[in-house]
Amino acid sequence: MQLVTPAIGLVFWMGLTFSILLFILRKFAWKPILNSISEREETIHNALTQAEQAKAEMARLQGENEQLLAQARSERDAMLKEAREIREKIIGEAKITAEDEAKKLIARANDEISKQKHAAMDELKKEVANFSIQIAEKLVSDKLENNEAQQKLIAHHLTDLTQKATA
Amino acid sequence: MSDNQYVVKSAFFGKLLFLPLFLFFVANLAWGNPENHAAQNVAKHTIAVSDSSHNGHVHGTEASVHEETSEHSEAAHAEDAKYDPGKMIMEHIGDAHDWHLWGEGEHAVSIPLPVILYTSSKGLTIFSSANFHHGHEPFQGFMLHDGHIVWEVETNTETIYDLSITKNVAAMMVAVLFLIVVTIRMSKHYTSRPGQAPKGFYNLIEPLILFIRDDVAKPAMGDKAHKFVPLLLSIFFFIFVNNLFGLIPIFPGGANVTGNIAVTMVLALVVFITVNLNGNKYYWKHIFMPDVPVLMYIILIPIEILGVILKPFVLMLRLFANITAGHIIILGFFSLIFIFGAMNPNLGYAVSPLSVAFTVFMSMLELLVAFLQAFVFTLLTSIYIGMAIEEHHHAEDHHEKI
Repeated sequence: MQLVTPAIGLVFWMGLTFSILLFILRKFAWKPILNSISEREETIHNALTQAEQAKAEMARLQGENEQLLAQARSERDAMLKEAREIREKIIGEAKITAEDEAKKLIARANDEISKQKHAAMDELKKEVANFSIQIAEKLVSDKLENNEAQQKLIAHHLTDLTQKATA
Repeated sequence: MSDNQYVVKSAFFGKLLFLPLFLFFVANLAWGNPENHAAQNVAKHTIAVSDSSHNGHVHGTEASVHEETSEHSEAAHAEDAKYDPGKMIMEHIGDAHDWHLWGEGEHAVSIPLPVILYTSSKGLTIFSSANFHHGHEPFQGFMLHDGHIVWEVETNTETIYDLSITKNVAAMMVAVLFLIVVTIRMSKHYTSRPGQAPKGFYNLIEPLILFIRDDVAKPAMGDKAHKFVPLLLSIFFFIFVNNLFGLIPIFPGGANVTGNIAVTMVLALVVFITVNLNGNKYYWKHIFMPDVPVLMYIILIPIEILGVILKPFVLMLRLFANITAGHIIILGFFSLIFIFGAMNPNLGYAVSPLSVAFTVFMSMLELLVAFLQAFVFTLLTSIYIGMAIEEHHHAEDHHEKI
C-alpha cells in the first residue's frame, strides 16, 4: 500500500524542516511570547493584589476613623454628662448652702427676735414695776376718800400707762 | 504517468470548487449538443461529461494530441477512459513531483519542483521535474511512473533514494514559512508593547497559546510544563496550519501534508524521543520493574515495551487517518458528479448541486477536524510526557501504607 508507506524523501525533509521549525520557534517566537504573556500576567496579578491591599487598607482606615469618631463621640457625651453632673452638684450645693445660710439667718433672726422680745418683756416688766411703784407712790401719797374716786384714778393712771407704753 | 485526461480533468474540478462547475454548465449550453462534436472521438471517449468540456477550450488541439500519442498511450487511454474515482482520489491525497495548479494532461499548468535523487552509481542528481513533461519523457536515465521515479531501463534494480522536494514537502515548507513569519512577527509585537494585550490577529492566536499552555500542558505536567510548552505549541501550530492549508483547494494548499504517513511518522517520532529522553526513573521502573510478582514480568515487560511504541504509533495513525479520510470524503463527493455523469450527463448535472452542498458541509466539518486533530495530538503528547516525568513519591508511600 503506497498510502501507508512513508516515503524516505518526505521523512527526510519533514525531519529537517520540523527540527528547524522547532529550533526557530522555540528561540525566536515562543520564548519571547510566553515571557511577555507571563510578565503581563504577573503585572496584572500584582496590580490586583495591590488593589486588594489598598482596599483592605482603606477598610482598615475607615474602621479606624469610625472607631476614633465613636470614641470622640463617647468622650464628648461623657464630658457633657460630667458637666451636667457638676452643674447639678454645684447648684445642689449652692442650694444647700443657701438653705443653711437662710436657716442660720432665720435662726439668728428668731434668736434676735426672742432676745428682743425678752428684752422688751424685761423692759416692760421693769416699766410696769416702775409704774406700779409710781402708782403705788401716788396712791400712797394721795388720800383716797371714796371708791369711785379711786376707781377713776386707777383707770386714769392705767390709760396713762398704756399711752406711755405705746409711745 | 499515463495520460489520463479524465482523471486530471476531474482533478481540476475538484480543486476549483464552484466556478468550473458553473463554467462547465455554461459551456454546454453555449456549444449545444456535445455528442455531435465528440462524434469523431466517440470510440475512445465514453464519458459524455468529459467530452462536453473538450468543446469548450481544447477541442482544436484534441485531434493532433491523439495523433501524436504512441500506441501504448492510445491503449492506456482507451483503457483509462472509464472514470476511476479511486485512482483520482489516491492521486489527490498522495504525493507528486509537481504542484498542479489547473488544466489537464498535456495542458496542465503546474509548478515544477526540484527532483533530488541519490543513487550509488550516479551520486546526487538534481533537476527540475518539468523535464519529465508530466511523466511522458525520461530524463537522465530516470522516468516517472505512477508518481514514482524509476529507472528508464526497467531491468535496473538499483535503489533510488528519492529526496525530491515533492508537492507535500513544498506545501509543508510554505506552511512552515508562514508559521515562522507569523509567530516571529507576533513575538516582535509582544516585545514592542510590553505589558499590554496584543492587537488584531495576534489577539486571535493568544487564546490558542494560552489554551495549550494552561489547559493542555499544565494539567498533564504541572510545574514542569514550562519546559515542554514550546514543543507542544510548535506541534500544535504545525499540525493546525498544515491542516488548514490542506483545505485550500489550490496553491499554496491542495497538498495532503498532515494526511501523509511520513509526516505524521516524524511527528510521532519527535514525541517518542521527547517522552523517552525525559522519562524519569519511575517511568523506567514502571516498564522494567513493575510492582508485580517477578513471574509476571514475562508478560508485563513486553506489554509495557509495546505500550511505549504503540503510544506514538497511534498518534501517527490517528492524525494520518483523520486528515486523509476527510480529503477522501470531499473528493468522493466530487467524484459522484463524474460517476453519475458517466451514466448520463444530465444525471451528472443533477447530482452536482447536491455534491457541492455536501462538499461545502464536509469542508466546514474539516475545519473543525483541523483544529480537533491538532488539539488531540498535542493533548496526547502532553499526557504522554506528563506520564513519563511524573514523580511518584507520594503515590508510593500511600500505596505502602495501604
